[in-house]
Amino acid sequence: MNTRNKILTAISILALSLFVFYADRHFDIYVVRILNVCAIYTILGLSMNLVNGFTGLFSLGHAGFMAVGAYTTALLTMPVDVKQQIFYMEPLIKPLNAMVLPFPAALFLGGVLAALTGYLIGAPALRLKGDYLAIATLGFGEIIRVIFTNTQNITNGALGLKGIPAITNLWWSFGTAAFTLLVLASIVNSSFGKAMKAIREDEIAAESMGIDLFKHKILSFITGAFFAGIGGGLLANLLGTIDPKMFNFIFTFNILLIIVLGGMGSFTGTIISAFIITIANEVLRFLDESINLGFIVFQGKVGLRAVVFSALLMVVVLFYRNGLMGTNEFSWDRVLDKNFWLKPWLKLRRIPLRKGGNGK
Amino acid sequence: MTLNLFLQHLSNGISLGSLYALIAIGYTMVYGILRLINFAHGDIFMMATYFAFFGVIIFAIPWYISFPLVLILTALLGILVEASAYRPLRDAPKISILISAIGVSFLLENLATVLFGGVPKPFPTPEIFTSMVKIGTVSIQKLTFYIPVITIVFLFSLFYLIYRTKTGMAMRAVSRDHETAKVMGINVNLIISLTFGIGSALAAVGGLMWGMKFPQIAPLMGIIPGLKCFIAAVIGGIGNIYGAVIGGFILGIGEIMIVAFLPDLTGYRDAFAFILLIVILLYKPTGIMGEKIAEKV
Repeated sequence: MNTRNKILTAISILALSLFVFYADRHFDIYVVRILNVCAIYTILGLSMNLVNGFTGLFSLGHAGFMAVGAYTTALLTMPVDVKQQIFYMEPLIKPLNAMVLPFPAALFLGGVLAALTGYLIGAPALRLKGDYLAIATLGFGEIIRVIFTNTQNITNGALGLKGIPAITNLWWSFGTAAFTLLVLASIVNSSFGKAMKAIREDEIAAESMGIDLFKHKILSFITGAFFAGIGGGLLANLLGTIDPKMFNFIFTFNILLIIVLGGMGSFTGTIISAFIITIANEVLRFLDESINLGFIVFQGKVGLRAVVFSALLMVVVLFYRNGLMGTNEFSWDRVLDKNFWLKPWLKLRRIPLRKGGNGK
Repeated sequence: MTLNLFLQHLSNGISLGSLYALIAIGYTMVYGILRLINFAHGDIFMMATYFAFFGVIIFAIPWYISFPLVLILTALLGILVEASAYRPLRDAPKISILISAIGVSFLLENLATVLFGGVPKPFPTPEIFTSMVKIGTVSIQKLTFYIPVITIVFLFSLFYLIYRTKTGMAMRAVSRDHETAKVMGINVNLIISLTFGIGSALAAVGGLMWGMKFPQIAPLMGIIPGLKCFIAAVIGGIGNIYGAVIGGFILGIGEIMIVAFLPDLTGYRDAFAFILLIVILLYKPTGIMGEKIAEKV
């Protein structure tokens, strides 16, 4: 990284901090909430992209890890009297019922427990490949959900947790997102990351080059689970209520949509599409409700928004398989290069020429 | 547990297993031919029940005409799904096809929610299936007996088609090797469409009987049966049709018996299938009937 790029990066980080500082004080509660969700989805997308996009392990158990993180953080931050109040079916088990930890510690513990779950799931499941791995991780995710629905004295079962303190603010969400990006980017750029990419491209070739498949796969899986747990913890303390139903397969689907749209194997793409998807989710809310535009009444239908999103995933997979960014990342050199901006224009002009000369 | 009660559970298990088997065949056929988990299969099964609802209740077509119509419509839906979502990606990386399959599955679920509403609807069960029959001291719904019988009829027709006709031979050839099959003059695309059509029609048969057994239909009803039947196909050895049938029965009977013998675990009923799947994948990934495939570089 040369001096110019370092300065530019420093300026961007400063600008982002100023933005967060300003937004935290002056923005509408609704907008702040959307920005928080954007940042949390960024964390979840980045962690899933490490596993699915960079290591090529098609894992669909992400919602399960989020659930572990969310429940751990929520149970450790809820005040004692609230716990007594909501666990009326069966009281909360011993050490948890009187334990309240500060938010950072609870969040970290949530991540650690999610990572531990990731290890327990990954150790057997990572012996599988491709679609078998997908279905096994999906199965584990569902098992976690079923367990959480049935352990009344720990998770309060299907009733869920209510009154979780709303600690997550823009500093927490954006700060954690930046930290996640920093950690994951350094992993991807290290020798570990190179080995992961080699596994993605060709497992057998990677193995014959001396790469320990299991070690790298499980490392990627555990790291992904850790940050998924942290994302889940932030989400729990943003929403204030969680229940097992929330962490179903549809949640994993949303994050899959984010990483596919952004490009499997590009962190930049994930960040961009996490913001696009979350904001579009709010903007397209009118599809689910009817609105009166004065001269015309638009008849919305519940579920129409979800149709748009699933159709979007299909269009991306069928026609733009690489997503927004492919496997490219943001770099100052490219953005500041004149040709980068001219290229699409040059491409447009060249295509008709080539067709004419082909003689077909 | 008395013998009577046990027999009642067993007959329940067998009829649930038959339904699983019918749906599992669709997964296994598609996997055998394309090496693809058709995630949308469970939703095709759901659509079949809605076709029946519209045929019998909205358009008031008698059930003996509308049920065959449902099979045809569902087969067409399966062919449409393959042609629009899987065919363009046939040479794409596997992960893209898998994402496309998940996308189709969600698209169907959400479309069904928008078009038919999220509120569960009653399934129009024809009266001849609902009447009760008394054996000794227990009375059992006639449906419990019809389901295995209908399943067996369809299974035998399927086995005949696959092992005794030219079309079936072509299907088996395509599942071995697309290129070679093409060289032998087989229209690979047509055979793949046909496979999807047959698999979806069997899912429709399963869907109709599922609707009669659990007479309430909803847009998301296909997810859990879909996953479980996929698991049944894996247990039996995916790609193998006999395996899918065996897997379906193991899962169906096992699920009913677990709830019958260990009522404390009722809440974990849905997890049973997944635990079974993981155990099978770890110790015998090719399933009970599957062949071992060596990995080629």
